[in-house]
Amino acid sequence: MKDTLNNQPDTMKKPDPEKGISRRKFFKYMGTGIATYFVWTDYLASEALFPGENAQAVPDQLSSWIHVSETGAITVYTGKVEVGQNIRTSLTQVVAEELFVPVSAITLVMGDTQLTPYDRGTYGSLTTPQMAPILRKAAASLREILLQEARKEWNLGEVELTLEKGTVQHPGNGKKLGYGSLAKAKHLLQPMDENVKTIHPDKWKVSGTSVGKINGEDFITGKHRYVSDRVLPDMVYGKVLRAPVYGAKLLRADTTRAAELPGVQVVKEGDFIGVTAANSRTAAMALAMIEAEWEKSPQVPGNQLFEHLEESAGNTDPVPAAVTDAFSNATTKVAHDFKVSYIAHVPLEPRAGLARWTGDQLEVWTGTQRPFGVQEELEHAFSIPKEKIRVYMPDTGSGYGGKHTGEAGIEAAKLAKATGRPVKVNWTREEEFKWAYFRPAGLIRVKAALTGNRISSWEFHNFNSGGAGISSPYSGQNNYQEYHRSDSPLRQGSYRALASTANIFAIESIVNDLAGMARTDPMQFRLDNLEDERLKAVIKAAGKSFGWNRKKVSANHGFGMACAAVKGGFVATFAEVAVDPDSRELKVLGAVTAFECGAILNPRHLESQITGCVLQGLGGALFEAVEFNEGNVSNAFLSSYRVPRFKDVPEMKVVLVNRKDLPSSGAGEAPITCIAPAIRNAIDDAVGVKLYDLPMLPSGVVPRS
Amino acid sequence: MKISVNNKEYTVEVDGNPSLLEVLREQLDLTGTKYGCGEAACGACKVLVNGTPTPACITPVTSVQGKQVLTIEGLETEGKLHPVQQVFLEEDVFQCSYCAPGMIMTAVALVENQKAMGEQEIIDGMNGNICRCCTYPAIVKALHKLTQTETKG
Repeated sequence: MKDTLNNQPDTMKKPDPEKGISRRKFFKYMGTGIATYFVWTDYLASEALFPGENAQAVPDQLSSWIHVSETGAITVYTGKVEVGQNIRTSLTQVVAEELFVPVSAITLVMGDTQLTPYDRGTYGSLTTPQMAPILRKAAASLREILLQEARKEWNLGEVELTLEKGTVQHPGNGKKLGYGSLAKAKHLLQPMDENVKTIHPDKWKVSGTSVGKINGEDFITGKHRYVSDRVLPDMVYGKVLRAPVYGAKLLRADTTRAAELPGVQVVKEGDFIGVTAANSRTAAMALAMIEAEWEKSPQVPGNQLFEHLEESAGNTDPVPAAVTDAFSNATTKVAHDFKVSYIAHVPLEPRAGLARWTGDQLEVWTGTQRPFGVQEELEHAFSIPKEKIRVYMPDTGSGYGGKHTGEAGIEAAKLAKATGRPVKVNWTREEEFKWAYFRPAGLIRVKAALTGNRISSWEFHNFNSGGAGISSPYSGQNNYQEYHRSDSPLRQGSYRALASTANIFAIESIVNDLAGMARTDPMQFRLDNLEDERLKAVIKAAGKSFGWNRKKVSANHGFGMACAAVKGGFVATFAEVAVDPDSRELKVLGAVTAFECGAILNPRHLESQITGCVLQGLGGALFEAVEFNEGNVSNAFLSSYRVPRFKDVPEMKVVLVNRKDLPSSGAGEAPITCIAPAIRNAIDDAVGVKLYDLPMLPSGVVPRS
Repeated sequence: MKISVNNKEYTVEVDGNPSLLEVLREQLDLTGTKYGCGEAACGACKVLVNGTPTPACITPVTSVQGKQVLTIEGLETEGKLHPVQQVFLEEDVFQCSYCAPGMIMTAVALVENQKAMGEQEIIDGMNGNICRCCTYPAIVKALHKLTQTETKG
């Protein structure tokens, strides 16, 4: 078998595995050249952007850097990872812009715990607002050093020099100096200049343009190796024994027959039982031949989920009297519960892990949004110091918040340790459905009242699904919101935009209903009750593009809208639906989404993120739901868990609102939040039926009111 | 047993009746063809068998004996991308791209069988393939552009 793991730039020397890269040792690892770096601890002193990061940062350990070698190769190191959000492209653009080089001149080394700085993880739409400005300043600082070196070389004073395609140009004699020759035999390492002049967004030539996906050709030719594709010499395939249902305990297991299969090795460590074989089919066969006995524990019946979430929440804080009084005294009011199902991320590449032990050193390749988190999980699993564990994260087959953990990598490492050979564990689709984690289910209880055209009381409780997006953006007196932690019958975790998908559905449904009670146009009602100008701007932009005031072509058509401010992004989605008068079948005809996230780094990729968010949100809005009962997930297959397909796509339109005067924020999450309430409100507009549950219409048929 | 993949003859192990997907990925190291669901519901593993898009995950390798298997790795001719690959690259359609090989193989058969397709025909032809990043509109737009161009030419 071939060793297909060659993702290191050839200029790299192997760093000392015992330590991170310090200023002192830098060039020993990097080779000669010029570099700029920043250190979290330095950076933290100057900016309070990273709450909680302090504890993780090691003093004097470089946290990210850009290096120019004497061949002119430019390498950027960051702990962020690429899971399809195309951040590799937009970060490369940022660096290319400041260094006056084509994007092809730059290599980003990402998510390798030995080579790249500690990073909490790639989630929460944080890469663009946090990492892009740092890399921009680091690249600009590097540019200034290169200019200074050129002045020295030519014995020039503080004259203006121009840069082009990786060269500095002499102002008089037309001579050029390449970055490589400027870096030759140098050992110049300087901290990023916090006050360095960066290129104004109005003058961007690379950032702000639709640069194509970096290494795009590797992905459409099948050359890119995802973790599940990787192979090591002498590698075997591993499988792990799973409980039949959640919460079952292994009583005993007979592995005799499994072990008799040719080439099969059985690994038993307490409750962990796994097998390895020369191919995945034999491993699966061996697994199936294990005769295991399980003791089930009482689990929540699926039809009692929402009662359970409320009952297990425990005591709740008292709601302020001003809020309840205002509600009691109001004449126009609404109160309703919303029920939100568990849904699955369904990354098309299920979890995969590949592990190799060399003595007491462990290497793990796994598709995760948190390579450093997985390194910590491995540290605990094997009680070995972090320095002996290297986690690699090759560009991965998506995550959507669903790959914060490292299960497959840990399983592969356990099997590799026991068998003494490299092991790859690729989860099946069923395993990914059953043993990863879900977007939480939730019960949301809202009470709201109007005085005139204004919201005079707002009480909002979220049981279990989470606090993200729980704060209403609407002005008004007497607000109260609380997130109640509950016991979740299924394993749950992060998701694209987290609980915003649930909370904004409830907020935007109730606000729409209030507008109806006030006999005010829902768009005008929102504009009247919102203060944030950025949010109002996307509503107006989407409304205009949608043609909010146009006449409906038929009485069974409905228009609906929703808006949200999530993680620095501002989004409004307008939807048009039709409900068949006879069959009551719903058709989503069109969706217009306007989005603003500051200065746009890559319009094409931004549009793709918005479209992807809206369509993924369409699944959760209409039909995605994890079906379960007493610990058993019963639709753990793509034939039974429905995700959006080509035929589900309505006419899509995206309106990009570019604010070059504002810092860029992330875009991978916010645009998912508004499609569900927009459709819900459009259905109400069409046929006067108000829906309160997600998914709204698993059968595709709108009930009669 | 011998099978023909990308115009090359390979001798493969068929003990235990492996799927075509397993043989491609684990015996021939042709990992461009992906596993997505194991039940022909997502299209990630589609390859062409005598020109027909076929889910490799549920296809026993023995059933392709004497047939021509084409995978994503065999699509380029003389170092040139297939027009479907080319248009997907130009239009920059994908995000994580894990679905890309299956999408491309399905689309190759679709455009070769039918020129000048309308968007609805493309949607109908591609509906068996899932892109969980939901880049569907970009895929349709790219294929539509390709088929219109091909007709003109």
